[in-house]
Amino acid sequence: MFENLTEKLNSAFKKLKGHGVLSEKNIEKGLKQVRMALLEADVNYKVVKKVISDIKDRSIGQEVMDSLSPAQQVIKIVKEEFTSMMGSAHMDFNVHGKLQSSIMLIGLQGSGKTTTAGKIAFYLRKKGKKPYLVPVDVYRPAAIDQLKKVGANLDIPVFSSTIDMKPLYICQKAEKLAIEQGYDTLIIDTAGRLHINEELMGELLQLKQGINPSEILFVADAMTGQDAVNIAKSFDKTIDFTGVILTKMDGDARGGAALSIKAVTGKPLKFIGVGEKATAFEPFHPDRMASRILGMGDTLSFIEKAQDALDQKQAKELEKKLRKNQFTLEDFKNQIASVKKMGSIKDLLSMLPGINKKQLNKLNFDDKEFVRIEAIINSMTGQERRFHKIINASRKKRIAKGSGVSVQNVNKLLKSYTHTLKMVKKINKGGMRSLKSMLPF
Amino acid sequence: MVLNLFKKKKKSREKSSGVFKKLIQGLSKTKNFLFTDIDNFFSKKRAIDENLLEEIEEILIMSDIGIEITDFIMKKISKKSKKLASADELKELLKQELLSLFPEKSDKSNELIPSKPHVIMVVGVNGTGKTTTLGKLAIRYTLQGKKVMIAAADTFRAAAIEQLEIWAKRANASIIKHKEGSDPAAVAFDSVGAAIARDIDVLLIDTAGRLHTQKNLMNELKKIKLCCEKKLKQPPQEILMTIDATTGQNGLSQAKLFHEYIGITDIALTKLDGTSKGGIVACIAKNMNIPIKYIGVGESIEDLQDFDAKLFVNALFE
Repeated sequence: MFENLTEKLNSAFKKLKGHGVLSEKNIEKGLKQVRMALLEADVNYKVVKKVISDIKDRSIGQEVMDSLSPAQQVIKIVKEEFTSMMGSAHMDFNVHGKLQSSIMLIGLQGSGKTTTAGKIAFYLRKKGKKPYLVPVDVYRPAAIDQLKKVGANLDIPVFSSTIDMKPLYICQKAEKLAIEQGYDTLIIDTAGRLHINEELMGELLQLKQGINPSEILFVADAMTGQDAVNIAKSFDKTIDFTGVILTKMDGDARGGAALSIKAVTGKPLKFIGVGEKATAFEPFHPDRMASRILGMGDTLSFIEKAQDALDQKQAKELEKKLRKNQFTLEDFKNQIASVKKMGSIKDLLSMLPGINKKQLNKLNFDDKEFVRIEAIINSMTGQERRFHKIINASRKKRIAKGSGVSVQNVNKLLKSYTHTLKMVKKINKGGMRSLKSMLPF
Repeated sequence: MVLNLFKKKKKSREKSSGVFKKLIQGLSKTKNFLFTDIDNFFSKKRAIDENLLEEIEEILIMSDIGIEITDFIMKKISKKSKKLASADELKELLKQELLSLFPEKSDKSNELIPSKPHVIMVVGVNGTGKTTTLGKLAIRYTLQGKKVMIAAADTFRAAAIEQLEIWAKRANASIIKHKEGSDPAAVAFDSVGAAIARDIDVLLIDTAGRLHTQKNLMNELKKIKLCCEKKLKQPPQEILMTIDATTGQNGLSQAKLFHEYIGITDIALTKLDGTSKGGIVACIAKNMNIPIKYIGVGESIEDLQDFDAKLFVNALFE
């Protein structure tokens, strides 16, 4: 269902080569593909309509550039349009440089407020703040317990609310206590509620007026469909929130809701949740989100992850060795370790454009393969690692025994190593490109 | 800006949200499902023209039914619509087409439980309402005079066990639990054993929410199912997947992957009391032939209702 938009556009624009300018007629087919992609990504119908007509206006009459194919050109326009719609660069929480501040989290049931509360607290503590978690969900069974446990796991203090307290009372009490104890940022976890529940929306408003939070963050599930506009608009109308957090972004949802929410509220998207752990919390990047919604992969995140994992010094040393053709099995192992640091291969591949999700699921690549390779190399002597040619049949048997694999596995590894070695000799350039060819598949 | 686009819609929504008054029980609530706005412009006088067809397309897409099915239905009705005289007739046609997306009802949903214990595993993505649905089901079965047991196999999320304990108390059901962080498959295995020993009619197994794309967690679910099967000597009779009505096109991917790993027998569409139409289940029903069994339309116990495609489509258009 979610094939790559770039591919679709390419085929739609195949005939366009040689035409001088983009005209209404010749981009029609391509825009139809863009529209489909956006609707499949859950961007709201009306937002799609508006975006498509804007793109059309901008595209028509543009000369087909030499450097870009017509498909690329339209994509460029689409991406620019999207990125500008989704707001400028990343915005942090508005709590820094303040003596005392509070962040209130609001949203529908099950959107991920409590998990997000823990993540924000963890993030702010890293930034030198002293967060204080305040559970005010007195309705859902065991909701307070949940935040207490989240706090305990992260070693972040939690106000001891009980279900017989009124939410506003909890907040006021917590505020007082925070000042006494020296906590500077309150993180208020409200109960999930429907945007059409007037009574509960009134309660939120009361909380807002009572404690005047520096940030009110609307927590939205990335998987939300067309109704995202109504939900976000209702919350914004009543509460006038200050920013948005998009959760469950680690799934395969394209997250068109992000665009819809931004379009109707104009409020900045600040952070995204990408997993259940407290660290699975990342700044929001409009350009990356644009690519994701369009189904074009997240190349930037991939590059960033790769940069994070590769130790620059190590990389330079490796480069030297490669130039001298001194790439040993030990280096091979180190390379694999740094690839491993970037996360699972599947996650990495899924970020690249042109990778079909369906095929990826079929690929079934086992990340344990890396563990096996490391084990095999660890079972070699230093001499064997430096001079792989001395590894004969009896050495192979010993290595296999030592690492708990079969001799075939050892052979396979040696084969892919010698293959890499050949490649290195051929390319002899170093950096990412050789790293790619080193992967044993 | 785009903001203006939404102003028109608002009025009709305000009107329809009045329907949600707690007083009006049952079907009137499900009225909002899928087709709210349709009646407004299907008058006898209205001619079938481009505008009407475009509006129908808009409503279908806005219901989250998906572009694929929207195109499929639009093709069908616009072909046939040429022979029709008025919008009124088109409504009938549209109704039929929408109805045909759902699999034939097998009349299984309320039949007596043939084998004891009847094991229901509740699965789904995080925050879709598994525990609440399970709690409501427990009360429902207790009210039917059944002996109900609940298994707390969500050992991962903080305070999930505590949440379930509160539901068990409300439902007057027994609960089987281990410590937080223990093996959920072991909880499931023990619970089946306990259910057999204590002559339980219905065993409801709560599982942790998980994203369908997380291979390890999905394999864990498989293991939970297998452990039940081992003790029960047959697979759990029901594997109920909860899908949040606000979910968009990702719902299909969720259902597909859960089905691939453990085989879903039914779907509960939760949180239909908002303004979302939940159209994605029509897409799931059509693509995967899995029946929609329940709908959740609120937080109280009577708000878990049987889903009946025919009944509600008829009630909407009569």
